[in-house]
Amino acid sequence: MTILSEYAGVVGEDVVDHLRQLAAPLKGMKVVHVNSTRQGGGVAEILSWLIPLQRELGMEARWEVISGKNEFYQCTKHFHNALQGNPTLIADSLLQAYEATNRDAAEELGPVLRDADVVFIHDPQPAALLKHFPARKGKWIWRCHIDASHPYRPVWKYLRGLVAGYDASIFSLADFAQMLPHTVYLVPPSIDPLSEKNMELGPEEIHGACARFDIDPARPMMLQVSRFDRFKDPIGVIEAYRQATAFIPALQLVLAGGGASDDPEGEAVLAEVRAAAQDDPDIHILLLPPDAHRTINALQRAADFVLQKSLKEGFGLTVAEAMWKGKPVIGGDTGGIRLQVINHHTGFLVNSPEGAALRIRYLLHHREKLAEMGGKAREFVRQNFLTTRQLREYLTLMVGLTHGAEDRVRLG
Amino acid sequence: MAEQPKIEPFAVKDCALSAIATGRRAQNLRELRDGLLTVHPGSIYYHFWGRLLRPSFDDPEYNNDFASWVRHRLHDVKLAERLGVIDPAEFGEIEALRQEVIDVIEERLDETEFLSWAPRDHQFHFIRAQTVVFDTRRRLRHPRELAAMVPGLSVGSIYYHAVDARRREPQGVDDFHAWLARFGDRYADLSARLAGLDPYFVTLTELRDQLSSIFADYFKGNGQ
Repeated sequence: MTILSEYAGVVGEDVVDHLRQLAAPLKGMKVVHVNSTRQGGGVAEILSWLIPLQRELGMEARWEVISGKNEFYQCTKHFHNALQGNPTLIADSLLQAYEATNRDAAEELGPVLRDADVVFIHDPQPAALLKHFPARKGKWIWRCHIDASHPYRPVWKYLRGLVAGYDASIFSLADFAQMLPHTVYLVPPSIDPLSEKNMELGPEEIHGACARFDIDPARPMMLQVSRFDRFKDPIGVIEAYRQATAFIPALQLVLAGGGASDDPEGEAVLAEVRAAAQDDPDIHILLLPPDAHRTINALQRAADFVLQKSLKEGFGLTVAEAMWKGKPVIGGDTGGIRLQVINHHTGFLVNSPEGAALRIRYLLHHREKLAEMGGKAREFVRQNFLTTRQLREYLTLMVGLTHGAEDRVRLG
Repeated sequence: MAEQPKIEPFAVKDCALSAIATGRRAQNLRELRDGLLTVHPGSIYYHFWGRLLRPSFDDPEYNNDFASWVRHRLHDVKLAERLGVIDPAEFGEIEALRQEVIDVIEERLDETEFLSWAPRDHQFHFIRAQTVVFDTRRRLRHPRELAAMVPGLSVGSIYYHAVDARRREPQGVDDFHAWLARFGDRYADLSARLAGLDPYFVTLTELRDQLSSIFADYFKGNGQ
């Protein structure tokens, strides 16, 4: 069975046919993606499904990874923070390490990149490669996965100098984009319905996950999956839970997040969350390893509904993950959550613990509405936030870019 | 007897859109009006029609992005209603549609003492689209084939032939309509039924269902 036929089973044969036709003019094209890690993080996750799909559609797709010494990663971590708006000063020695790593990578990847028809450079880590290829043959696209809506200007000025020369760039949302002297495409991210995080699970596995964490499946349960980070507002979630349990005492809350050992602020937030929970046996604070995808999947399926009460959020794909499992989401009115949670249809947008508590009570008192919203949420994700949609948009912009910049490109 | 001129088969096309940021933003009504005055015409089109082919909810409160933003970010319900009722299908030229939106906003500006501001992270972003059109290689030689073909069309094909066609065809009609007209008056009744469709207030899947039902009904009774 091909990968595309597996997707056809989820999204329908017509969607996959559409992809095949769109990809026809790209057949045989050499497409190279470059990032800085093969495992871990959202970009590697995207590339691990995108590359095989592009190959199956007839492109010669490759995935190249650049790697450097500690100074290189320190520098790119600063870039990341600065793009998200944190004032950060970067020592010249780090910038030199960054440029040297890109120079070495350019030498190593020279023949592959020079000969490529389309090159996707993901995030700032390999962004400086471009200047080493003045005689490049193909179109080079900078794909920024980060919310760069309010960058720290001195660092953005430096990065802008590196990326302005690209043929195009891609941001996830108009809100996240910076203007650049080339075409700026907008492509929201997506979830993979075939991955461990989103695949169908049997009832035994779902019950097993509940039993492992002492969650009573006979009582209502709500879940928030996120790092222990103040912007995810776990304290606000506990406040909302307390206000709701005054009326619905059987309610359970699960806060599931990754380990915080490498993040000093994460540890502090986790301590605050534990203090706020006050040993309430119905608040389950779970520290899960980064590869606990099936456990997260099972908990999302076991929940009555899901919260993502962020105060600030990038795209927030955990929202689409929950919605794909037929769960309405009570989400913070911020970032990409607003694109996924359609107020009163696929969930509720809230701005305070009180707002969240009100919606929690509403959903638990209107089970038929909860089920209806869950159904709408799943269908909304099927239409808009699965990998096939993101692939379609990549193919469309590749066709557009390789056939000129007109408003309308006619093929065949 | 003169030989009837040969009618070209109906070429089934499909399309996909890429959303492109124009870099223009608005945080209040005056900035929205100023943006509308000069923004790329493709952006006006995108904010009225592009929602049909992008991540959006099937049952939106308002059918264009201007009305929705004014309602939810500027909290001006009256203006949102005035903008929401604008039907782009009534405007042959995109420039006429642009002027209508500007007129409605300017009228509201005249009535307004103080401007409302959207929060920094809720600005209106003017977006435009690049359309890629491709040939599916499917051809219809006789109108009766429409009954079998339309239910299986992708939403991209429906968009191209039933929505996008209105700005391509000089008469502002959909491609099915234009093709049937080449057969003279023979399919006038069918064309009249197609003319009754309003693509602006339905989703593409609903539009496909409506078209399918019209073709199925017609050719069930008329095997011509």
